[in-house]
Amino acid sequence: MMIMQRPNRNTIRENLLFDTINVMLMLLLTLLIAYPIWNVVVSSFSDAQSLSEGGITFYPKGFTLENYRAVFRDTTIWRAFGISIAKTVIGVLTHVFFCSMVAFAMSKRYLIGRKLYSAIGIITLFFGGGMVPTYLLYRQLGLLNSFWVYILPQLFNYYDMIVLMNFFRDIPASLEESAVIDGAGTWQVFLRIVLPLSLPVLATIALFNGVYQWNDYMTARMFINDEKLYPVQMKLYKVIVQSQTTAMSNPSSSAVLPTTTRSIQLATIVLTTLPIVLVYPFLQKYFVKGMTLGAVKE
Amino acid sequence: MRGKVIIGMKRKGFGSRLWSQMPLQIMVWPGIIFMIIFCYMPIYGLSVAFKHYTVVDTFQSAQWVGFENFKIAFSDKFFWDSVGNTLAISFLKILIGFPLPIILAIQISELPNGRFKKMVQTISYLPHFLSWVVLGGMVINWMSTTGAFSTMLLSLGVIDKPVNYLLQPDKYWLIAALTDVWKEAGWNTILYLAVIASIDPTYYEAARIDGAGKLRQIWYITLPLMRRIIALTFTLTIGGLLGSNLDQTLVLMNAINRPKAEVINSYVFRMGLTQGDFSYATAVGLAISIVSLILVLSTNALTKRLNDSESIF
Repeated sequence: MMIMQRPNRNTIRENLLFDTINVMLMLLLTLLIAYPIWNVVVSSFSDAQSLSEGGITFYPKGFTLENYRAVFRDTTIWRAFGISIAKTVIGVLTHVFFCSMVAFAMSKRYLIGRKLYSAIGIITLFFGGGMVPTYLLYRQLGLLNSFWVYILPQLFNYYDMIVLMNFFRDIPASLEESAVIDGAGTWQVFLRIVLPLSLPVLATIALFNGVYQWNDYMTARMFINDEKLYPVQMKLYKVIVQSQTTAMSNPSSSAVLPTTTRSIQLATIVLTTLPIVLVYPFLQKYFVKGMTLGAVKE
Repeated sequence: MRGKVIIGMKRKGFGSRLWSQMPLQIMVWPGIIFMIIFCYMPIYGLSVAFKHYTVVDTFQSAQWVGFENFKIAFSDKFFWDSVGNTLAISFLKILIGFPLPIILAIQISELPNGRFKKMVQTISYLPHFLSWVVLGGMVINWMSTTGAFSTMLLSLGVIDKPVNYLLQPDKYWLIAALTDVWKEAGWNTILYLAVIASIDPTYYEAARIDGAGKLRQIWYITLPLMRRIIALTFTLTIGGLLGSNLDQTLVLMNAINRPKAEVINSYVFRMGLTQGDFSYATAVGLAISIVSLILVLSTNALTKRLNDSESIF
C-alpha cells in the first residue's frame, strides 16, 4: 500500500472511457429489459380503441380499468387463481417437508444402506423416462385429470435433497446430542431442532419450488383436460392461443379482432405476474444464494 | 462421545443396529419409494419404444416390435424437420446466449458497488421469473401489427407498413433465440459473478501498480480465471443442444410458422400426447436422449483434456 505508483495518464483516460461506456451499455441493457415489460403494463391500462390503433409507448392511451374489470367478471379466472394458489401453497409445503425429512436421515453418516440410497438417487439426476412414459405412468396411476398431479410428482427431488442434506450436516452435532440426552426422539430432534435452525435453506428451496409451481402450465397442458382444474397460467395460455387463431384468420388488420380478447389477455398477463414481481425484489438475495448454493457442489 | 457410540454399536448385531435406527430408515424409505415410482417406472416405460402400444395396453401387455418405431422415425420427414429446427434454434441460442452472460457479468462486476449496480442486477434477473406463457403472451403483443415492435420500426422508418413477424416462418428461429436470450441472459450472469467475486483482489492491485488498464485486467486476470466455469457451462450447454424448449414452442408456434417452429419436444408432444401414437413418440424421445448423452460425455472428455493440457504449464 505504501508504494503507490501513480498510473500514467493514458491508463487513467482509458479507464475513464471504459467506465463511461460500461455505464451507458448497462443503462441500455436495463432499458432493453424494462421497456418491453413496461409497455405491456401500460397497454393493459389502455382502452380497446387505442389498442387496435397501436402506438402505445411509455404511458397508457385512453386510460381505463375496464380490462381488469372484464377479467374479474369472469368467475373461471377466480377459480384458476384459487387452483394456482392451492397448488403453490400445498406443493411447496409438502415438497419442503418431504425433502427435508429424507435429507435429515441421509445426513447421518451411520445410516445403514446410505450408499445404496444415494446411488438410487444420483441415477435419477441423469436419467429419466421422458414425456410419453411419464404420461402413461400417470394414466395408470389415475393421476390424469386430478389435482394431485400438481403435487405428488413434485413431492421429492434428489437435487434439493442434496442441498438440504449438506446444510443439515453443518449443524453442530452437540445441539442434537444434548437434545437426545434430554430425552428427545428422532422426530423431535428433526422437527424441534434441525428444521428451525435451517430456515434460510428451507426458504431458498421453498422459493424456487414456489416460482416453479406458480409458473408451471405444462403439467396442466399435458395431464389435465378438466377446465375446472386449470391454474391461472393454463387459463392465460388458452386466452393467448385463442387470440392467436383469431389474429391469423385475419392477419392484415387487427381492428377486426375482438378487442376485448387482447385487453383481457394483457390484463391477465399483468395479474398473473404480479405476485412474483411484488415478491421477487425483496427475496432476490435468497434466489441468488440458491443459484450459487447448488453450483458449489459441482 | 461419537466414537464411543459407534464402538458400542459395532458390538451389536446388524438386526439390532437396524432396529435402533428404525425411525431414520422410516424417514428415507418414502423418498426411495417415490423415486422408484416416479423416476424408475418411466425409465422402465421406455421399453414402450420397442413395442406396439395401444390405448388399452399397460407397460407389460404391449407387443414387442423391435426397432420398428425407430425405423419409421428415421424415414419420417417431419422428424428430420423438427431435428433441423431444434439444431438451428439451439445454435442461434448458443451463439448469442452463451457469450452474452459472460460479457454482462464482467460488465456488472466493473460497476461501482451501489444502487445503480443493484438496480441493473434486479432488472436483468427479472425476466427469468416470468413464465413462458406470460412471456409468450408479451411477445405476441409486442409483435402484433399494433404492438411495440412494429411501432418502433415504423417510427425508425425501417418498415412502412406494420408487420407481424410471428406470422413469417423464416423469422421464427431468430425470434425464438432472441426471446430466450432476453429471458435468461441476466439470470445466467449469477454463476459468473460469483466466480469473479471470489478472485483475489491483490491480483488486480498488482496489475494496477504495473499500469494495466481495466481492459487489460479483464483480459489477463478475469477471463483466464473464469476458464473453468466457462468450460463447465459450455459442456452443459452442448448437452442441451437437442433439448428444445417445449414451454416456449407451444406458446409461440402457430399454424403459419409451424414448419419452422416445430422442435423435437413439441413433435414428441404432438405425436404422443395429442395423437396417441405412444410407441412412436417414445422412440423419438429415446433416440434424442441417447444422442444428447453422447454429446455431453464427449464434450466433457474434450473440455477435460483441454483444461489438463493447459494446466501442464
